[in-house]
Amino acid sequence: MAKITVAVDGTTYQDEVEPRMLLVQYLREKVGKTGTLIGCDTSNCGACTVLLDGASVKSCSVLAVQADGHEVTTIEGLAGINGELHPVQQAFHDKHALQCGYCTPGMIMRSVCLLNENPHPTEAEIREGLNGNLCRCTGYQNIVAAVQQAADALATAGGAR
Amino acid sequence: MIPASFDYTAPTTLADALAALAQGGDDAKILAGGQSLLPVLKLRMAAPGLLIDLGKIDELRGVRREGDTIVVGAMTTHHDVIADPLVREHLSLLAKTTEQVADAQVRYRGTLGGALAHADPAGDLGAVTVALDAQMRIAGPNGTRSVPAAQFFTDYFTTALAENEILTGIAFDSFAGWGAHYEKFHTVSQAWSTVAVAAAVLVAGGTVTAARVALTNMGPTPIRARAVEAALVDGPASDDAVRAAAQAATEGTAPVDDATAPAAYRSHLARVLTGRAVLAAAG
Ligand SMILES: Cc1cc2nc3c(=O)[nH]c(=O)nc-3n(C[C@H](O)[C@H](O)[C@H](O)COP(=O)(O)OP(=O)(O)OC[C@H]3O[C@@H](n4cnc5c(N)ncnc54)[C@H](O)[C@@H]3O)c2cc1C
Ligand code: FES
Ligand code: FES
Repeated sequence: MAKITVAVDGTTYQDEVEPRMLLVQYLREKVGKTGTLIGCDTSNCGACTVLLDGASVKSCSVLAVQADGHEVTTIEGLAGINGELHPVQQAFHDKHALQCGYCTPGMIMRSVCLLNENPHPTEAEIREGLNGNLCRCTGYQNIVAAVQQAADALATAGGAR
Repeated sequence: MIPASFDYTAPTTLADALAALAQGGDDAKILAGGQSLLPVLKLRMAAPGLLIDLGKIDELRGVRREGDTIVVGAMTTHHDVIADPLVREHLSLLAKTTEQVADAQVRYRGTLGGALAHADPAGDLGAVTVALDAQMRIAGPNGTRSVPAAQFFTDYFTTALAENEILTGIAFDSFAGWGAHYEKFHTVSQAWSTVAVAAAVLVAGGTVTAARVALTNMGPTPIRARAVEAALVDGPASDDAVRAAAQAATEGTAPVDDATAPAAYRSHLARVLTGRAVLAAAG
């Protein structure tokens, strides 16, 4: 067993984990953050995307021990303290950027990171920037529209958060 | 899918990592970004008893200048390679190729050293090191050595690294001022190359004065297209001349027949993509 200290959505956790435990398992099964989903489990679909020190990563392809000493943000840590949605969450809602919703947590986390990297992406940059996230339902059109709306909302609000 | 159990250590110095590797013997495995290794472990295609994580060794990360040489630390992530000002100025072929590796999430974790040590014939970065004659810096129990890229890749998923050695950095000459392009053909946007071509050229007054061309996935290792280079140099950087030179791209290659593409189609791709890569590099 290995001792780890990880901040998840603003709370610090200290745990003993098996080195082989994946970050996504740790988040779901130890911390109880089941908002992060497992899709392919083979590092292809992006459903499990979380932010590790602000960088979007596929949590099915990171070990929990590799997150020791680092900060994780999941879909459950995006909304404000009073439950107000993050501009990217709001935009996915407004633009109907989901059908079954399975890809959505990962899609939103990657979009948050994308807008931090590039606050004013072109449509092509959005499509390219989301190419590690697969969606079987929407055809992507409304997802792209949602990221465009979120970019505008964040610009008006004075930058990403 | 969960890997078989293993012990884990995350040393903070290269010396400690080498010691752990020496002690672990052939039951130990290096962990870099984990983007190739963890899927392999999850599929239980390998079950090492010990993982030695290089993630906490600062000396292996980052890009630095040593005189005329640019050294990329083995643990520099794809993301950081792309953003690095030295890489952008001196090694635009490396920057442009790395931008086409995988997807953003994988690029935040995967490292240049990990990609090269993994030596997947469909991996994109080997061709860059072969085209630019990079030197692989390697540390082992008896000190350090340097291996030219052309001798580093020995077979499918096989390199000159011994089991007790660690790739520490990749040293490049400066290619500031060269035009560069990586032309990648793949069937899924986030995925590996069916065939791809790395090209860097110097053009003066419409004439190609120097050229470097290497092919991805046209054999077990990345292959330098020297016949193309020879046909290009001292010729015009024109459409016709470049496409004629590109016909030599399949010389010395050994493409496979597989579910993605038949060998003959790969050869066709190699010629077409070489023309496109060189023309784009010549700008
Ligand atoms: C969905 C997906 C798509 C991808 N698409 C592409 C693509 O289009 N093009 C491409 O080129 N790659 C692609 N990759 C692979 C990616 O580039 C990986 O980052 C890379 O292959 C491995 O780097 P890593 O740092 O993650 O290494 P790891 O997975 O940690 O290690 C890989 C191997 O190298 C060994 N190793 C690592 N570092 C060292 C070292 N310093 N010294 C000695 N041995 C070492 C390890 O023991 C292991 O055997 C893709 C990966 C995924 C998951
Ligand atoms: S579950 Fe992690 S990428 Fe699909
Ligand atoms: S909404 Fe169903 S997978 Fe994207």
